[in-house]
Amino acid sequence: MQATPTSRRRKTGALLAAVLGATLLLSACNAGAGTGARDPQQLVVALTGEPVNLDFTTTAGAAIPQAMMANVYEGLVTVDQTGAIQPLLATGWETSADNKSYTFTLVQGATFSNGAAFDASDVKFSIERVKSDAWLNGLKSKMDVVDDVVVNSPTSVTVNLSRPSQAWLYSMTTLVGAMFDPSGVDDLANKPVGTGPYALESWARGESISLVARPDYRGAAPGIARVTLRYFADAIATTNALSSGDVDVIYNMQAPELLSSFESNPGYQVIEGTSNGEIILSMNNKAKPFNDKRVRQAVLYAIDRKSVRDTAWNGLGALVGGPVPPTDPYYEDLNELYPFDPAKARALLKEAGAENLKITFTVPTRPYATAVSEIVQSQLRDVGIDARIASAEFPAVWLDTVFNRHDYQMSVVLAVEARDVLTMFNNPDYYIGYDNSKIKAEAAAADAADTANYVAGMKNVVRTIVDDAPVDTLFIFPNISVAKAGITGLSANSVSEALNLATIAWS
Amino acid sequence: MLVRIAGNLARFLLSLLAATVLVFALMRVLPGDPAVIAAGQNASPEIVASLARQFGTDRPLPVQYWDWFSGLWRGDFGVSYVTRADISPLVADKVQVSLILVSAAMVLALAIAIPAGTLAAVRHNKPSGALVSAASQLGIAIPGFLLGIVLVSFFALRLGWLPANGWVAPGVDFAGFLSRLVLPVMALAGVQSAILVRYIRSAVLEVMHEDYLRTARAKGLSRMRALGRHGLRNAAIPVLTVTGVQFSALIIGAVVIERVFVIPGLGSMLLAAVGNRDLLTVQSVVMVLVAITLIVNLLVDVLYTVLDPRIRAAVR
Repeated sequence: MQATPTSRRRKTGALLAAVLGATLLLSACNAGAGTGARDPQQLVVALTGEPVNLDFTTTAGAAIPQAMMANVYEGLVTVDQTGAIQPLLATGWETSADNKSYTFTLVQGATFSNGAAFDASDVKFSIERVKSDAWLNGLKSKMDVVDDVVVNSPTSVTVNLSRPSQAWLYSMTTLVGAMFDPSGVDDLANKPVGTGPYALESWARGESISLVARPDYRGAAPGIARVTLRYFADAIATTNALSSGDVDVIYNMQAPELLSSFESNPGYQVIEGTSNGEIILSMNNKAKPFNDKRVRQAVLYAIDRKSVRDTAWNGLGALVGGPVPPTDPYYEDLNELYPFDPAKARALLKEAGAENLKITFTVPTRPYATAVSEIVQSQLRDVGIDARIASAEFPAVWLDTVFNRHDYQMSVVLAVEARDVLTMFNNPDYYIGYDNSKIKAEAAAADAADTANYVAGMKNVVRTIVDDAPVDTLFIFPNISVAKAGITGLSANSVSEALNLATIAWS
Repeated sequence: MLVRIAGNLARFLLSLLAATVLVFALMRVLPGDPAVIAAGQNASPEIVASLARQFGTDRPLPVQYWDWFSGLWRGDFGVSYVTRADISPLVADKVQVSLILVSAAMVLALAIAIPAGTLAAVRHNKPSGALVSAASQLGIAIPGFLLGIVLVSFFALRLGWLPANGWVAPGVDFAGFLSRLVLPVMALAGVQSAILVRYIRSAVLEVMHEDYLRTARAKGLSRMRALGRHGLRNAAIPVLTVTGVQFSALIIGAVVIERVFVIPGLGSMLLAAVGNRDLLTVQSVVMVLVAITLIVNLLVDVLYTVLDPRIRAAVR
């Protein structure tokens, strides 16, 4: 009888082995299918940070326009890769002699994804809606300058401004300029309706968003019929998914230290572009010790921006010296205004009577912020500023303490909004607390001027701001993408808030 | 028996009730306002106030509590004002994912730990037993996510046998589901089995010194047969307790593994909801977790009576 348990055990063992083997075989077949022949009409893009919902009219966050703008929604105008304004739903526009009226001629044959035709009345509806209580997004103030919208004909519309504004036309390229259909705004959070080349197919919350090309799109069909945006919380999981063939592109990658394995591999292309995001080392200009200009200047002299960028972000990202990215029309290289000069920093601190300074450095829980904070801390220590790092959950706690209550001394944050220099510095109640009396008049004059004077005026404004050292612009956040070698048409620069999918194709 | 189960049920409902109050209160104490987050940077106070009105977070707390609580009775978690999505089907989806993942991991962990732990106990003074104990110590010391990363880089990236991450529902593509389940289950089970081995080893060691086992040996049973017939059932009771506790803990504790393997489980959902201060979703997820924990405890309790005739006799 001794044999029975043994043989039973053997049988169980054999059964277990068979099940395990079958599972592995099944999975191996499946994994093989995933990495094999690629359907040229499909693309999977890996992104960081899923949208909370799809309604940017009532919800902040970069993830929503990243997925929706240019793909599902379009505006009358858009920006190209150099940051210049180009027509989109408008074929062209004329400005009145006093620069206060814009008359747009609209494209013919554009439709919304719900089948409704797009015409001038939709422009009036969309712009007026931004100004109404229906929009609850901080950016809606960009439409404050609009007085009224007049429908001239189904393909012509005039927007009257209360004063000339160079910034307004640019803001029409952003999400506030998105065109909506009056019958398509009932459930924007779940069912977006726009005129773009793609429509929402499905959304598996916590996983991915699928966009499918619209057969009734007025323009050329996009290069890829179905694009899946997959959201990853973990950077290593993202690169693993690319290596194993589950995704085709990583866009706006947040972990430059993981690039090395792709740079030397001919199966992939690493694309480094620029973005609208500035890494801003902010100081509370209204509170001690940074209400003293000399102390702020000392911080700028104490920090070697190049070594901060090289250490924190693998040497990627442009060094600009001011809060303006290279793709903005009024950009200029301001690195020479505050070169790295620790001796000067110490002298300024001494002059201000701020030797052996102790401050709190509130660092949001974001990869770039933690990466930057330690090297900044050590450089400040070298000139006698003892910065104690206090971590703040982002966005919840950071918004509450730093942004809304201004309860901070120093912080660091990625300012992602396009052309945001006046948002940050032309408002003394902003969390930075910069005294805008020196720039207010000039900024208003520049905005009302013609293009050449706008650019010249804004350059002056920016120089004045940087000279006052309200913040230290550490570097421009790079837009890093890694894609499989066969992919073309992926935008290198992130100059708008959108990831434009329609230009991407398999070669 | 029935009285015991009824008592358990009453305790279960009272615990749930207490949990609703606690969860609700804790979420209001947490710094960060959902309206502020939804309005984002550069929002005016008027916009924040309008959002708070729309969200209903400007109403008195008892009203907010009652609104949520009365929905719970109908089995309705409501619509999240942050995501504007119906919470119940979403939670149901994620619960399914977490239960599959954790159940598979616990089954595998037990399948490894029961023989290994028994071996470690029976041969506790021999090299093979010491080896098992040492391996379990090592297993406890290795964090699950690290094991996960190692498994991915070997099986998915180097060998290409399995997908690196992701999740497919079993109803959609069963082979794809299995292939994506293997590595995360191994990562979870690795650590869990190491923990369980220690409990099983000490439980078996303890029964090995019991009088009844010596009596069984004296009747002429071999050591293994005596242990198999009289010992393991007794040793199972503490192991069952630990398994129940670990199971409940893993439902949310698997969040780290979910991140490594990009699995949309309950833990990931909770983490995202806390980040967005999506109060209703957080409350709903926590309620589900509390319910799962209580149900597992209830099951463990019932299993005690099945395993141990002494408890059965006491409750009869």
